[in-house]
Amino acid sequence: MVDLSTEGQLDTVQMMVNMGPQHPSTHGVFRMVLWVDGERIVDLEPHIGYLHRGSEKLCEGELYVQIVTLFDRMDYISNLNNEMIFCRAVERLMGLAVPERAEYIRVILCELNRVASHLLFCGTFGIDAGAMTPIMYAFRDREKIQSMFEAVTGARMMHNYIRIGGVKGDVPDDFSQRMGALLKVLRQGINETDKLLSFSEIFLARTKGIGVIDAETAIAYGMSGPSLRACGVPMDVRKDEPYSVYDRFDFGIPIGEKGDSWDRYYVRVEEMRQSMRIIEQALEQMPDGPTITPSRLVLRPPQGEVYVRGENPRGEIGVYLVSNGADKPYRVKVRPPSFCNLMAIKELLKDTYIADAVVILGSLDIVLGEVDR
Amino acid sequence: MSALETLLLVLAIFGVLTGLSVIVLSLIWLERKFLGRMQMRMGPMHVGPFGLLQPVADAVKLMAKEDLLSSLVDRVVYWVAPLAVFVPTFMIWVTIPVARDLVIRNLDMGLFYIIAFSVLSIVGLVTAGWASSNKYAVLGGFRAAAQLVSYEIPLILAVLGVAMLAQSMNLEEVVNSQSTVVYALVQPLGLVIFFIAGLAELGRTPFDIHPAESEVVGGPFVEYSGAHWAVFFLAEYINTFAIAALTVLLFLGGWLFPGISGDVSALGVLVFLVKTYLVILVVFWIRGTYPRLRIDQLMSLGWKVLVPLALVNVVITASYMFYGWSAWSLSLMSLAILGAAIWGLSKRMRTAPTPEYTVKLYVPAPEASNAG
Amino acid sequence: MVERHRREEAPQAPVDLDDKGRALELLLPGILAEFQPEIGATVNLVSVTVKSQDVPSVCRLVKEDPRLSFNFLMCLCVVDYEEHLQVVYHLYSTDMKHMMVLKANVSPEEPSLPSVTSLWTGADWYERESHDLFGVVFEGHPNMAPLLLYEGFEGFPGRRNYEMPEYKEW
Repeated sequence: MVDLSTEGQLDTVQMMVNMGPQHPSTHGVFRMVLWVDGERIVDLEPHIGYLHRGSEKLCEGELYVQIVTLFDRMDYISNLNNEMIFCRAVERLMGLAVPERAEYIRVILCELNRVASHLLFCGTFGIDAGAMTPIMYAFRDREKIQSMFEAVTGARMMHNYIRIGGVKGDVPDDFSQRMGALLKVLRQGINETDKLLSFSEIFLARTKGIGVIDAETAIAYGMSGPSLRACGVPMDVRKDEPYSVYDRFDFGIPIGEKGDSWDRYYVRVEEMRQSMRIIEQALEQMPDGPTITPSRLVLRPPQGEVYVRGENPRGEIGVYLVSNGADKPYRVKVRPPSFCNLMAIKELLKDTYIADAVVILGSLDIVLGEVDR
Repeated sequence: MSALETLLLVLAIFGVLTGLSVIVLSLIWLERKFLGRMQMRMGPMHVGPFGLLQPVADAVKLMAKEDLLSSLVDRVVYWVAPLAVFVPTFMIWVTIPVARDLVIRNLDMGLFYIIAFSVLSIVGLVTAGWASSNKYAVLGGFRAAAQLVSYEIPLILAVLGVAMLAQSMNLEEVVNSQSTVVYALVQPLGLVIFFIAGLAELGRTPFDIHPAESEVVGGPFVEYSGAHWAVFFLAEYINTFAIAALTVLLFLGGWLFPGISGDVSALGVLVFLVKTYLVILVVFWIRGTYPRLRIDQLMSLGWKVLVPLALVNVVITASYMFYGWSAWSLSLMSLAILGAAIWGLSKRMRTAPTPEYTVKLYVPAPEASNAG
Repeated sequence: MVERHRREEAPQAPVDLDDKGRALELLLPGILAEFQPEIGATVNLVSVTVKSQDVPSVCRLVKEDPRLSFNFLMCLCVVDYEEHLQVVYHLYSTDMKHMMVLKANVSPEEPSLPSVTSLWTGADWYERESHDLFGVVFEGHPNMAPLLLYEGFEGFPGRRNYEMPEYKEW
């Protein structure tokens, strides 16, 4: 009998594939060098820094009020959340009180921004998995949120609306009614996107059990936000250390079980619903009053250093602010959630297929503007 | 062959070429408009009425584009590849009838000829991937090879079932034998296998694995531009039309329709076209709905599900022919097997009941939330 | 002109610790006694300053001690105080939900201190970033290749004395 087995006799060579920075599904200018054996990823080396603008260094040369705009441009999908964290850092350092109405406006807009950010995620995640319709559904709804932002802040992105000590100006008179109508539309739109994508057999086959990470490893990598909550760790700054007025609302933290791509996806879908619950409660409770505590244009906070935490759509953001009493900060360091989440990519992509690599990277929901700063 | 016959043949070939080009343009428009409507967009609307001239504008743009060429490509193979994809897709139209007696050559082994030629286009895709000297193109080319070769088998087996029922491989006779009842009703299993395998042959969603934009950025075509890319594009749409046409001819009764006499050729062509476009709309509909499978899932679907099912289909058809059962029994058997297969597949893919597929809501105890 | 990090005339920000912070303030001196830490506070967190060579042992201790269990490296950054570089670790515990700051000073001429990647895998990119921007060498780090800057970049742009290159026509 002739031995026809070729096992161990064929020479196979690993191929190096350079994915990015121009690859369409690396969500920006992320680049990874993959060593593949056929379709299977044997090893990889992530490269970042293509969008490094030195934001932290730039902050050292700007007045406090000007830095808010730099924070807008870090995580450019959730601008308002980023503005809020910096303003909170300065307020904490100065002991500046924020009017209640401003806090409510901030919370409403930040949660709305969270919905917008997660909608974008759901759409692009669909694209990564090969479905082209969800992004259209998601963008239809996101567009309405952007119009709302435009109505309130005057800009669709890069709002510079949240200011140190409050917000730029009051919301339009018909804000409550418009928000009510918007929430109704959003709820319906999210349900539609959910029905179209979440439980499709092919989508489940592509995402279930793909890119599994356990809670301990995720914590060791410093993952946070929905990506960590998908592993079953209920870590959310809004609950752990309630800032602003978050302790006045009744909402839950969606947590996953297995820490796979599908859990990371669906945690975000559920989070949108929770965010809308927060917005509804905030709209009911919103008091009247001033929207900003007047302060000088050139702020000189006292000497000291402060670290504040906040919950961004992508995870936990932190700002470490060192002041020397001058009109410009001495050092600003941001803890970017995407940066830490992306660090785990090496762990997640081991022994997966190229097609999975795209899905897993998509499920982390990174924004390169924030990773590179 | 007389001079007149030769002239007629040349004219017919030109007719097919022109007709197919027009059909491709219409398909491009239809796909964009249809997908647009499914996705709450308008689709093309600025060039011509209802954007009807958009495909023409696209074609002009593609022809006018510079042909970019990487310095590392294997030039001969690189230029031959589009032709290797394009020629077989045109060749199969030699024997596809669009109405009674409206066919260039009515071959007795027509089905055999079509299958033999359609396999050839794989060579073009692999060479395109190889010659481009691009790793994504190579990956795409190999994906295409694996995918197309393995889905050829269920496709052929599904066609075999029809050929057995019609006792002919001549497409006209296959259609004529459906004058009482179409084979879609006799052999629903065969129709589903043929359609799924056809989608995979076309590389359309959910089987668009070799041109997958989000993974291999267009696969074998990634380095092609301008007119050469347009040739691939043309071939893809002609293939789509061909698979839809074959579905109509083999399973949906071709140009036959109750109450419409097939003898009038123009009417027959109309019926045929309407049916084909409806099948194509289903293809587009699937594209707008589903995500993409992974290559290993595609292979297991092909080899572990479709091939066995296609064999079962052949066996039950053979039993029906041999024992002379009634057509109803074959139809019911076919439906039962199809239902069982779909149920099993759905169970296999879901792996567990639905409650597992939700995310729990964690609400911390009040004292924990107030701390800090 | 380079800004001084300490201006004598500017007021100090008041320390305002929460309950957990105050508990930590009492707990930490006992646990870390052998390292002679300098325990103070930033505006909202307890801060511990240790010698740079002690960093891994201190980190291991605060990570493994059940009363502290700082299992989450929140942030790692370098602050350039000109006379020294300060490496700042923000540590968090997912179980106890408390937070502390660990600081270590290194000299700007030869800044080096042991890596903590073996304790928190997440320190990997932070340390590479700090190496890029401030030139701090983390001994024992598996791969110290540039992360944010390109290979062959000269100078440490995060430092305060870094001269920004003049814009030139090219």
